[in-house]
Amino acid sequence: MKLSVEGLNSYYGPAHILFDVALDVGDGEVVALLGRNGAGKSTTFRSIIGLVEQRTGRIVFEGSDVSDQPTHAIVSRGLGYVPEERRIFTDLTVDENLEVGRQPVRPGAPHWTREKLFSLFPNLGEMRGRAGGSMSGGEQQMLTIARSLMGNPSLVLLDEPSEGLAPKIVEQMVDAILTMKEAGVSMLVSEQNLHFARLICDRAYIIERGRICFSGTMRELDERPDIRDAHLAL
Amino acid sequence: MAFYVVQFLTGLASAASLFLVASGLSIIFGVTRIVNFAHGAFYMLGAYVAFTLTERFSGAIGFWGGVVAAALIVAALGVLVEMVLLRRIYHAPELFQLLATFGLTLMVEDLVVLIWGPSDLLGRRAPGFKGAVDFFGQNVPSYDLFLIGLGPVVLGALWLIFQRTRWGVLVRAATQDRDMVAALGVNQKWLFTSVFALGVFLAAVGGALQIPRDAVHHAMDLRIIVDVFVVVVIGGLGSIIGAFVAAVLVSELNAFGILIFPKISIILLFLVMAAVLIVRPWGLFGKPEVTARRTPGLTVNPWRPLSSKGRLAAVTALLLAATLPLFAGNYALTVGSEIAIFVIFAASLHFMMSVGGLASFGHAAYFGLGAYGVAFLAKMAGLPMITCLLLGPALALAGAALFGFFAVQLSGVYFAMLTLAFAQIVWSIAFQWVEVTGGDNGILGVWPEKWAASPSHFYWLAIGVAALAVAVLRNIVFSPFGYALRATRDSPRRSDAIGIDGKLIQWTAFVIAGTFAGIAGALFAYLKGSVFPDSLGISLSVDALVMVLLGGVETVSGAVVGAIVYKALSIFLVSQTDLSKLILGGVIVLVVIALPKGIVGVLETIRQRRRPRPEPPLLASRIGTAE
Ligand SMILES: Nc1ncnc2c1ncn2[C@@H]1O[C@H](COP(=O)(O)OP(=O)(O)OP(=O)(O)O)[C@@H](O)[C@H]1O
Ligand SMILES: [Mg+2]
Repeated sequence: MKLSVEGLNSYYGPAHILFDVALDVGDGEVVALLGRNGAGKSTTFRSIIGLVEQRTGRIVFEGSDVSDQPTHAIVSRGLGYVPEERRIFTDLTVDENLEVGRQPVRPGAPHWTREKLFSLFPNLGEMRGRAGGSMSGGEQQMLTIARSLMGNPSLVLLDEPSEGLAPKIVEQMVDAILTMKEAGVSMLVSEQNLHFARLICDRAYIIERGRICFSGTMRELDERPDIRDAHLAL
Repeated sequence: MAFYVVQFLTGLASAASLFLVASGLSIIFGVTRIVNFAHGAFYMLGAYVAFTLTERFSGAIGFWGGVVAAALIVAALGVLVEMVLLRRIYHAPELFQLLATFGLTLMVEDLVVLIWGPSDLLGRRAPGFKGAVDFFGQNVPSYDLFLIGLGPVVLGALWLIFQRTRWGVLVRAATQDRDMVAALGVNQKWLFTSVFALGVFLAAVGGALQIPRDAVHHAMDLRIIVDVFVVVVIGGLGSIIGAFVAAVLVSELNAFGILIFPKISIILLFLVMAAVLIVRPWGLFGKPEVTARRTPGLTVNPWRPLSSKGRLAAVTALLLAATLPLFAGNYALTVGSEIAIFVIFAASLHFMMSVGGLASFGHAAYFGLGAYGVAFLAKMAGLPMITCLLLGPALALAGAALFGFFAVQLSGVYFAMLTLAFAQIVWSIAFQWVEVTGGDNGILGVWPEKWAASPSHFYWLAIGVAALAVAVLRNIVFSPFGYALRATRDSPRRSDAIGIDGKLIQWTAFVIAGTFAGIAGALFAYLKGSVFPDSLGISLSVDALVMVLLGGVETVSGAVVGAIVYKALSIFLVSQTDLSKLILGGVIVLVVIALPKGIVGVLETIRQRRRPRPEPPLLASRIGTAE
């Protein structure tokens, strides 16, 4: 098991957002976390890597309990995070953005170099000296993913990677994610776009108002249109 | 002509140290978002330690090695401070950070005197740069030429570090989004510590390099920090290039200001700063703060007007206080009057800070202006006391109207730095313009008239005015104006949208607070019978801040309690020890860390806990979700 989350409860101030969330990601697996706007997908991700301060529960990554560790320590164990808002360093160039993400080679996790990343995302290779702030949304999305891969993670949390992208870019994104999967990177991908999730994911969880209300393979989900219609906006 | 060129070169040479210190401050601010008030103290320590080392070890290696070693030693000290103190307050409101680092400054000032003694120390001259270069019949010290060259070299080195090293890239990334840097696996703790070390190192080098030019003394810190604040306000906080350009500008203004306004050269600086702020409020090279953090952040209780029970308690307390002359001696009455005066002063700052969200670091300016106003009227115009007391504060009002206009264009740390710089400008005028203000000798013989002359009468006058002032300020808090002010504080954009002219409201609050401070100052002049530039000084401004903080920033009337406790404590301390600054500084640091809600805040929390609470702790989140 790559990642396993049990009994995760999160709060923003007095507001209780996540209720006993439990989920697992197996080695080499790509798992979807589906849910509507405001369901708690981003909060789940932010809680896993310790960006939400008020949280309880157990988060086990590669066999060790990381629940009480600070964000940087969790991430530098090889758990990459690609935020929904992308959070490119706008004043830094593409190369410099990648540099911030760079971490030592990790045994047991695929090793990414700039060259490999530029073949994964050819657009980026052509704009290495460009400031992050002057890139298009799609390019920024690729840069955030590439930036996380520079840390040689064995698991990446991808928060809505297809959001706001043109169909053509979404296709590139699907290819990139499949390449990452082939390389051996496990992923937990939050999505609202079921079609996109179907192309890349093996299994899915559905989250609704902070509670996990479905868990199964993509096939099982397709056999339950009632659940799909009740919990996902299509 | 040659004279002007030499003057220009002298200015450039002074710019070097100023740039070193200011760039250090800027770099630290960029990443940690802390305006390190103690930066001047590190500069001073650099000078003192370098003095000792260069005295001990002679020769070129002794000197240059001593300078570098001193800077390294002070940087190590900075690391200690960062790890022990600052790490605890990175998430505190910025006012607390400014205060904590100011407390540190106070402690260092006393420690320096304790270690090196109170008198000025004249250091060695730099080996290899002892002579002067002849320039069309004028002498230019060769050391000045060295400094002129050093500035751009340091600028270039910093540029290389930030552009070409991984560390520099991480620092620049953290300047923009610290949390994302952590989310990429970088330990911010050490990043912050190393940034702080670099910043302190630069300040200490700046101080150490001053030894051949200037005497080393224990007021160096405040002198440089004011110039540094002016530099970063003009150049833009966080910009190294800005620090360089503004350091040159400020140093040249100082060099040439002397020629243009020999008595009050600082006016020129003020004019330029005001002009820059109007055109570019974030400085020449700065960027507008995207999310300016607000000062409040520890709300204890929703504010309500006093209940009838509360009113009764207040009146009782006042009546009790009024009985003091029945049993206390003259000394106690004088202390009592002084405390009452400081209640007014603290309440006026508290009004501006807690209600207006405007944390001024130069509130003493208006206290002092009120005092000088009275002194001018009484000594020069010979007006009766009542008239003086009524009209004297008008000078404070005028000053607050002028400076407040510029200050409220900014917010947060910029506001704090600007108010401090303004206060220092007023102080310099009082200090330099001897013909009018008597300079350091002050204005003597401002005695109250017969009806108020006895300690008991003056005491009654003081507590009467204090009670009135506090009551008026409280009423303003709960007036429509008070609500508009609070709306502007909590949510500038939204209140703008409902038609509140935020800047005008804040300016008015600034003027009200300044005027009340002036009333306190006016009484103070009569209490002491004299006025000195001290009553405009930074330490008085900070006294007021500590009183407010001690009482509790987020309460309505914490300042009253804070002023009484603090003033009584400090009068006691000064009478007991020579190390009052050391102790005071320590108290400030402790209060920031241990008692961030202040005395009244803590009392309210306790009272809240005792009372069965119908309400869930929703209030705690108000700050987080507002805006
Ligand atoms: N910083 C915050 N403070 C308070 N509440 C928050 C905060 N961030 C999110 N929330 C609330 O938490 C809930 C879950 O939000 P979250 O961002 O996790 O949803 P999401 O599933 O990622 O939605 P989306 O698809 O819109 O990204 C929402 O009700 C949201 O309003
Ligand atoms: Mg989200």
